[in-house]
Order: sequence, then structure tokens, then C-alpha cells
Amino acid sequence: MTWKRCLGLAAACAVAHPLLAQGTAAPVNDSGATAWMLTSTTLVLLMVPGLAMFYGGLVRTKNVLGTMMHSYAAMAVVGVLWAVVGYALSFGPNALGGLIGWDSKLFLLRGIDHTILPAGIPEYAFAMFQGKFAIITPALIAGAVAERISFRGWLAFITLWVLFVYCPLCHWVWAPDGYFFNLGAKGAIDFAGGTVVHISSGAGGLALALFLGARHGYPKTAMAPNNLTFTLLGAGLLWVGWFGFNAGSSVASNLETARALTVTQVAAATGALTWILIETIRDDKATSLGMASGILAGLVVITPAAGVVQVGGAIALGAIAACCCYGMILLKNRLGYDDSLDAFGIHGTGGIVGALGLTFFIRDAWWVEAGAKVPGWGILSQLRVQGFAVLCTIGFSVVMTLIIAALVQKLIGFRVSEAVEKTGLDHELHGERAYGLNNLN
Amino acid sequence: MKLITAIIPEEKLDEVREALIDAEIERITVLRVSGHGRQQEITIQRGKKVVPNLIPKVQITIACNDAFEDITVDTIIRTARHGEGQVGDGKIFVQDLQDCIRIRTGERGGQAI
Repeated sequence: MTWKRCLGLAAACAVAHPLLAQGTAAPVNDSGATAWMLTSTTLVLLMVPGLAMFYGGLVRTKNVLGTMMHSYAAMAVVGVLWAVVGYALSFGPNALGGLIGWDSKLFLLRGIDHTILPAGIPEYAFAMFQGKFAIITPALIAGAVAERISFRGWLAFITLWVLFVYCPLCHWVWAPDGYFFNLGAKGAIDFAGGTVVHISSGAGGLALALFLGARHGYPKTAMAPNNLTFTLLGAGLLWVGWFGFNAGSSVASNLETARALTVTQVAAATGALTWILIETIRDDKATSLGMASGILAGLVVITPAAGVVQVGGAIALGAIAACCCYGMILLKNRLGYDDSLDAFGIHGTGGIVGALGLTFFIRDAWWVEAGAKVPGWGILSQLRVQGFAVLCTIGFSVVMTLIIAALVQKLIGFRVSEAVEKTGLDHELHGERAYGLNNLN
Repeated sequence: MKLITAIIPEEKLDEVREALIDAEIERITVLRVSGHGRQQEITIQRGKKVVPNLIPKVQITIACNDAFEDITVDTIIRTARHGEGQVGDGKIFVQDLQDCIRIRTGERGGQAI
């Protein structure tokens, strides 16, 4: 969203391709911006082990390693895939009528060996930064189908999912010639991935959970988290990493970066505070799981909004997100579907609340700019753009996820057998056990 | 009164427990244990074959009145066995139980179970 301004030369040439924009002088490397982007890239990668710990702590003892491997598998698979074709598919110029991007020069990132972007950073830094988003997005889905999928099925699924769901969505929302980038006055607002990352993985996760069915014994058997210490630490790592995720999405090191970092901090804290307040009032006890969930709800909701809202908006969005996500989990328990670790409950719900809700808290300066482009551009018109982007993302992700899941189930097998599910993924699929203490060996 | 101790495969715990509850045997204690019998479990770590000498199992302890001994034992055998039975399915030990005391009330014997 915002790097349109940073990468593009001037507002006047918004139609030109910012990634290929050539000014009168070749862009010069800005060491400050580059340093921050490299730091952000590192921080976003740190979110993946954070997510592994978050999810790993929530499952039962027999599935800890299998669950953590889902996140690490995304690092391995998408880490390669992104550099080979993912970046070309996402940030190449429109192909297939804009359905996806493609540029053969970006295959294996060959064409960017000498490129400094107009934002003053090497294109390598930008490509790697974006690659981390492609890693964490499929990893989030694992939460919806934890404790019952095969490792090979998962590897095949994330490969196809990144190619056919993530890359097109990323192209539509963030490529300068993407569909959503050019909706309305100033595009659909998605600063750091509310639609691309959270709604797509949340909705896809829900579809996959319904496709694969509930775990054996759910919801009758209690499936208690094996280690909430892990979960809390994971949530903490995610919070820290999110500064790279959001503040890095400014693709600069300036005022906008600091704004994004500030609202990220405030929204996460508000989400956590709201969640434990709800628990204290309703159930008389604040839980550590509630604290971790509230942190995530706040972080997810501010992701699309971090470039346009101020502190007041961040507090409001954080509080609303915590209430909505809490409500969604209550609803899940009533409906009885098995979104095991609430990937939809938190990422899907929080993402939708953020993408729509941000419209009401946009800073005045943004409205002035939008009004200058399209006179009379107001909340309702922007809300329509946001709603359109959200609906398209949900629809596209759900349909494609179901097709990919059916294909993987048919060709490789996705859901594990009942025997494997009962013994646990760790021992059956990986030949290991997470905790040596439980076994005297 | 009898004290029934069963060593069963980990993955069978849910099934055994559910079957016991269906048979109205609801007072059980469960422990994670390690040990060895005749079963060998070969795992591969970094390409090297490893035969752990202690294999993790689950131990169930049930105290019951004499009338419930058969149904308890039969239920465990039926649910803990893999198909036609295989090495590693476990063992059941039945002992006479001298006394049983409910701490809350001080009741003794059969009615305290």
C-alpha cells in the first residue's frame, strides 16, 4: 500500500510500474532505510519460530513436534519457492489479464542483482522481506487443521497454496498494477497484510478444517494445551516480530515507519488488555491463553490499518478485535467445527475487523489526499472498496483452498489414519517425541 | 476387592478409557511409564538406527469390588489389543486389595471404592 508512494517517483506517475520506475538519476542506496529493511526481514522471520512455539504449546503432548514442523516446513519450502518463482509471480508485471504477475527476469531473482529501488533499498532486501510474508501465511493455516494432517500432504499443500493463492492475492493487493491496488481513490487499504496474510489464511484454514473434518473425539474429549509456557513465549516473539511486519511495510525508515510501529504496539496491548478484562468479568479468571490470544487479535487487526490510523484508532480497533475474536471462538464452540487452534477465530476474524474497521479511523491527511484525487471520496466509498477486497479475498481463498485440498487428498493423502492420529504425529510421522522427561530414556 | 494394574500402548488410552466409562468403571488413575518387555521399537535419528531400551507406555490403575473384576479386565483386553494381538499390547496384573479408605469420610472397604 504505502510503498507505492515510496517506490513510485511522484503521484503523477502512479500508473507507471514503481518497481521498474527509472528516474532521471539512478536511485541511490539509502543506508538507513536498507538497514531497517534488513532488520525487519529478520524480525518477520523470527515470527515463524514464534508461531511454531505458539501452536506447539497449544496442541497435545503427542503432536508438539509435528505441529512445530508445520511452521518450519513453510520456512524450508516457501524459502526456496519464493526465490525461484514466488517473487516473479507476485511482483512481476500483470500476466493473464492481471490474475497474476510474471517476469522471466525475476525467475531465480536473476534480474535484481544490481537493482536499487527508488525507495533507496536494494531490491534483494524488498524481495526477501516479502518472502517472509509468503512463509508465515501458509504456516498460519496449520493452526486450523492441527493434530490431524500428514507431513507430506502438508508440504504439497503449502507449495500449491503459495503458488495459487498467496502469489495472486499478493499481486492484486501490493503490486502497483494489481486489481485492489487501484480500486477507488487510493486503492484498497492493506498496509501489511490484513487481506493477503490474515484473511486469506484464516478463511483458507476454516475451509480446510471443514474439508478434513474434526479430530477424533472432538469436541467430547477435552484437548488441553500441553505447554502454555511455549504459547506465551511464542506470542511474545510474534509481538516483537510484528514490528518488522508492520513498521517494515513502510519500506522506508522515516515518520511513517514510526507511526506504524506506534499503533502496532498500542493495538497489541489493547487487544491483550481487553481479552483478559473480558475473561475476568465473564469467568472470574484471566488466563495466559487469553493474554496470548488478545495480543494476537490486536496485532492482526492493526496489520491492514497501521499506515492510516492514529493511536485512538489503534485502541478502538484493538478492543473491538478482542471482543469479536472472543465472540467468534464462543460461536465456534457452539457450532462445533474443529478450527483447532483458532486460525479463523483470530486471524480471519481479526483480519476482517481490521480491513473494514480501519475505514472509520483513517487520519485526516489521508482523506485530503483521497479527496484531491476523487472529489467527495468519503467513508462509505472507501468502506465499499474495503468490503469488496475482503469478500474477494475470502471467496478466492476458500474456493482455491478447497480445490488444492481435494487434489492433495486424492494424490498424496492429507488426513492421517485414525491410528496415527491416536498415537500422535510426533512418533508416527517423525519417529520422535518432544519431551524426554516423559520417557526415562 | 481387587487392584487392577494395566500397562497398555499409549495410543490406546482414549479407547480403553472410553470403553471403561461405558462399562460404568469411572474411577481410574493413569500414569505415563517407561519399561521394556519383548517389544522393540526402532527409530532413526540423523540416519542412524536407534533402539531405545525403554519404551513409553501408559499405566492404568483401578481398584474395584470383586464383581467388577471380569468386566474391567475384559474391557481392557478388548480395547487395548491391536487387531488379533501383537507384541507390545501390554499386560494386566490383578492383585487382592486389603483395604480401601475414602479420605473425606473415613469409610472403609468395598463401599469406599
